This record gives sequence, structure tokens and C-alpha cells, in this order.
Amino acid sequence: MRTGRAARTGQYVALLAYLVFLAFPFLWLLSTAFKPARELGSLHPTWIPEDPTLANFRQAFDEQPLLDAALNSLVAALGAAVVAVLIATPMAYVMARHRTTLSRMATGWVVVSQAFPFVLVIIPLFLVLKNLRLINSVPGLVMVYVVWALPFALWMLVGYVRAVPAELEEAAAVDGAGKLRTLVSVTAPLLAPGIVATALFAFITAWNEFFFALVLLKSPEKQTLPVVLTHFIGAEGVADLGPLAAAAFLATLPSLVVFAVIQKRITGGMLAGAVKS
Amino acid sequence: MRTRRLVTILLLCLLVSGCTGDGGGSADGRITLRFQSLAWQEESVAANRELVKEWNATHPDVEVEYVQGSWDSVHDQLLTSFEGGEAPDIIHDASDDLADFAYGGYLADLRELLPERLKADIPRHSWETTTFGDGIYGVPFLQEPRVLIANAKWLRESGVRIPTPEDPWTWEEFREVAEELSGDGKYGVAWPLKEPVSATLNLSLSTGGQLFHRDEDGKVEVRFEAADAVVPKTVHDEVNTDESASSTTLGMGGSDTLPGFFGGRYAMVPLGFSYRQQIVQQAPEGFDWQVLPAPAGADGLTQGVSPQTLSVAEDSPHKKEAAEFIDFLLRPENMVRLALGDWMLPTGTEALKDPALRTTEYDWATGTALAAHLRSAPAQSVRGYPEWKDKVATPAFQEYYSGAIDLAELGERLEKDGNLVLARYQR
Repeated sequence: MRTGRAARTGQYVALLAYLVFLAFPFLWLLSTAFKPARELGSLHPTWIPEDPTLANFRQAFDEQPLLDAALNSLVAALGAAVVAVLIATPMAYVMARHRTTLSRMATGWVVVSQAFPFVLVIIPLFLVLKNLRLINSVPGLVMVYVVWALPFALWMLVGYVRAVPAELEEAAAVDGAGKLRTLVSVTAPLLAPGIVATALFAFITAWNEFFFALVLLKSPEKQTLPVVLTHFIGAEGVADLGPLAAAAFLATLPSLVVFAVIQKRITGGMLAGAVKS
Repeated sequence: MRTRRLVTILLLCLLVSGCTGDGGGSADGRITLRFQSLAWQEESVAANRELVKEWNATHPDVEVEYVQGSWDSVHDQLLTSFEGGEAPDIIHDASDDLADFAYGGYLADLRELLPERLKADIPRHSWETTTFGDGIYGVPFLQEPRVLIANAKWLRESGVRIPTPEDPWTWEEFREVAEELSGDGKYGVAWPLKEPVSATLNLSLSTGGQLFHRDEDGKVEVRFEAADAVVPKTVHDEVNTDESASSTTLGMGGSDTLPGFFGGRYAMVPLGFSYRQQIVQQAPEGFDWQVLPAPAGADGLTQGVSPQTLSVAEDSPHKKEAAEFIDFLLRPENMVRLALGDWMLPTGTEALKDPALRTTEYDWATGTALAAHLRSAPAQSVRGYPEWKDKVATPAFQEYYSGAIDLAELGERLEKDGNLVLARYQR
């Protein structure tokens, strides 16, 4: 009994340490965003700003079009998440339920494709973008993000589909439900947490992506947040630290909010699935 | 990761080539030029934007669109832009980034495009930083010497001789002063040498160090000679023998050393002249600091720099108008505004005469007095230099400065391994 309590305490301590480790960069960013320039140069930095200021936020908004960039990022990330899920869900269902040689090969191909150099995926993509005149456009960027997220999204969703007992669909069929009704009323609700988790993955990946946004989007009004954030960095890595921290803090908020809201639903969905099965 | 990214870029380049823009013209004959600026500090961005606005107000037929770029990603971004036919017409960059673009045919040769006024206003040694082969591929317009930012009170109280541009410290004297200023857990100097190669090579020009020697055929050979050893040996000995320089700052960038400087841990920090802006912003109330010239050697105060530049894309259909805009941007009065915005020195001789740049406030005058001693960074036109720097010189200097290897081994590695790298680029 004592051993169990000690082990549990150890687990909590380890968990707390891990949480502190994970939270440290974000809390430091938050602290930095509210510090005036003189405190940023202090040899003994404090967690809580001694003289908190909003000047960094004001400067960040004055210097760079953060709202426009955030909107571009939001459009690109939401677009990528929605399209990736729309494509991946039916594909994943087929691959999980119809275990033919073809679907096994397709699953294998998805897994193997993750090991390929990214250039092999992006080459045909660029040919398509070029022909469609989608370079320097947010829809073009969405297309890149979808292709980028698709293999992993598919892989995730195949696992979720397999976790839904096929017996439930068979029972629905016995009760007279057609294929479509079974999919909509039985399978889809159970898959919801997986779909949400996959969408979240695609959203956050696209929201944080820098390189393709930098290369693909030439016009200033189309640039995304990660690209605009680099405008606070000067030659030899010198940074305008206060405004950079303020802008970076704002840039992390949507991801955190989306994750916080959706995470509850993932948990709720999982529990709901457990009761039904 | 970087290699993979570069391979990606190159492949992308091949793929998107031919995807050209609309030429920047409109149905009513109005020309639009895209000017990609790397200005990033508040005052600097404001100065650039104002100048663009002024141009547009007085040139209804040629509109300039301000595009914000970033120092952090400019090389990769430009490379893809050039190959994709999407390059800005007017390009802001640094001279040490231009060699590959110039040799690759991406930048316009400006010799016939620039007016005599501008050509004559900028000294020959500045033009050398943007001359590759027979052509000139950028206008050098802002530059900064490396200076010693010192705790003025500490220096005064120590009684050491305060150097001036007219009577600077020698490297030997600098070492003695650093030793005199150190003790009780404090250091005379903090060398931020996260990027040790350019700092060492640029400062070594003052002692006559060349390192890169070009023969009559144009081939470059690395030779580490006595003159090349003075600066590295000074730094090494300050850290490892005298303990007058902090060993912990060797892996830091310039900004990282400022809290220790403000906190009274270091008496002097060798930094770029533009760091004064950060010091003004971040220094505690009443902190007394001053700018000192970097130590002088056999060649005086000479040191290498890679100026900021303005170039024109070879693919631009409006090179003449782009060059006219550069001429407008770099008129003496405008060059002064850009220099003040970036806390740097203009290359133009007329701009350098401006009283705003000769004031003793923030020691502008000290920097201005050094302008005539600035030369082209020794390696910036050497093909293969980036690889030599990353694979050979950076680890070798880091190990030497930390005391892991001796001077003989440093020299051997720079020469032997370095020449193997350069040979691949000179076949």
C-alpha cells in the first residue's frame, strides 16, 4: 500500500515536472511580451514584469499587419483542416473496412510515403499549382497543406475506424438500416473524436507552417503569421524581442484556444463511443 | 534539415521556372515596381515607407510597392523568387549574400544603369563589396564597423587611457587593458562569438591578415600567416590565459551579452555599431556607456564589412526605373534618414558629412570617423566560403577559442581542410 502511494506521488511529481517543462516557453513568452525594453536587458530577469506594459503589443500592431496575417493563417489552416478531413475520412473508411489486397497496399503506401523525402510529394504539387496559377494564392497554400497533412491524417483515421466495432454496423444492417444510414447514424458519431483530432492536427500543422508560406506567397497582403513574425528579426539574428514576443504570444493563442475547446469534445466523444459499443 | 530544405528549394526552382509575372506594367502605361526591404527596426521601417511614399507622390508613372522581407529567410526566399520569375524589382540584401546571385545571373549589372552622381558619391572600396567579376551587382549603402561598447564609468575609474579613432589601442594594449579591468568575478571584455568567423576575419584586416590569397589565375588559397593570428590569439589568451574575457559569452550572440554588460559583469563588449539602439532602449536608467574604436594593428583601424545593398533583378522589365528609384532612395539626405533609422553609417561621402551623423550624442562621431577604414570583408567574393565557414572554420575557431586546440592546429585545419573545400569550387 505504501509502495503504491509512493509510486503515485512519484508519478504526480513527474507529471508536474513535465507540465512545468512544457509550459515554460509559453509562460516565458507571456512574461516577455509584457516587459518594457529595460527589463528585457536585465541580468536578473523576473517571471512577473515589474513594470508591465502593452507597448510591445502596440508596436507589434503598428509595425506589422498582424490581423491580416492572422486572418490569412486562419483561412489557410481551417481550409487545410476541413479539406484534409473531407478527403481522408472516406478513404480511411474504405481502407479500414475493406481489407482487400488493394487497400492493404494503399495502407502500406501511406506508411511508406511518410518515409519519403518531402521533395517527392511537393514536386507534382508544384506542377499542379503552376498549371492552375495558384502560386501566390492562399488556396494554393491550402492545397500544399492538405497534401502535407493527408498521409498522417489518413493513418490516424484508419486507426479510429478500426477501433469502431464492425459488429455495430452489422447490427444496424440487421435492423434494416441501409449503408448510408449506418454510416451517418452509427459510424460517424463514433468517429467524431477521431475526425476532430485529425482536423486539429491538420489545423495546427498549417497554422505553424513557415517555409511554404514564405516561398509561395509573394504579396505582402497574403503573408501568413509565421512569415510576418520573422519581420521582427534583424541581421545576425538580432531581434526586436518585446514586439516579437507580443506577436508570437498572440500567434499561439488560436492554437491553444482551438485545442482547449476541442480537447473536451475528443474526450467526450470517446466516452460516448464506449457506452454505445 | 538545412540540406534537405535547400534541395527542396532547388527542385522547386526548377519546377517553377517559367512562371513569370505580368511585367509590372498596366494598361494605362503605369509601371509598378516591387521594392523588397529588409528594414526591421521601427525607425528604419518608417524611414523606408516614408521614402516610398515620397517617391510615389512625385512619380505618378512609376509606382513603388513596398514589400517587407526578412533577414532571417532572405536568401532562400530570393532564390526561389528568382527561379520562379517572381523576384522583386528592387532587392535589399547584404553584400556577402550577393555572390551566388550575381554569378548565377539573377542580378542586373548596374554599371550602365546608375547615374554618375551615385557612382562618384560612394567610395571605390565600398563598390568593391558588390563587384563580382566585371560587373557591379548592388549599391552598398549602409555599413557598420565593429566597435567596443564600454562601461564609461568603469573605464574612467580604472584610469586606463581612453582610445579615440585618432589614437586607438593596439591589440597588445587592448589585451593589457582588459586584464587591468578584470578581477573579482568581473571581466574586462566579453566576446560574443557565436559566429566567430566573420568577426575574426573582419577584425584581422587591421593586423594585415588576409587568409584568402588570390593568385593570378583567380584561384583562391587559404594561408594562415602570422598577421592572421594576432586577433585570434588575443581572444584566445584573454579567455584562457589572462581570464580577462568571459568564456561563457563565446557561444553567445551580441544581444545575449547585453544583460551582463548592463549588470556590470563586463567592462567592454565588441559589437556592431548599430547595437547602440538596443543599448539605448534596454540600458538601465543612468547607465553610462560609450563607443570606442576597435583596436588597431599594423594596418591601423582597417576592418572588413559587408554593407547592406540595393540591387535590381535581372528579370525586371523596368531596370532603368528601378535604378532611378535606387538613386532617389540614396540621395545624400535620404541616405542619412536611412542611416539614422538603422543606427548605421551611410557609405555615401556626402551623407557622411551630415551633422546628424557627426554628433557626439550616442557617439555617432566615433563611428563616422571609422567609416574611411572600412573595407570589403575578405572572403565575401570567394566561392565556397559559406561551406568553408560552416564546415571548417566555425568549429575550428570555436575549439581554439575554448582552448581545446592550439594555434598550430587551428592554422592547419583552416588551411588543409579549407583548401580541400575551396578546391571543389575552383575546378
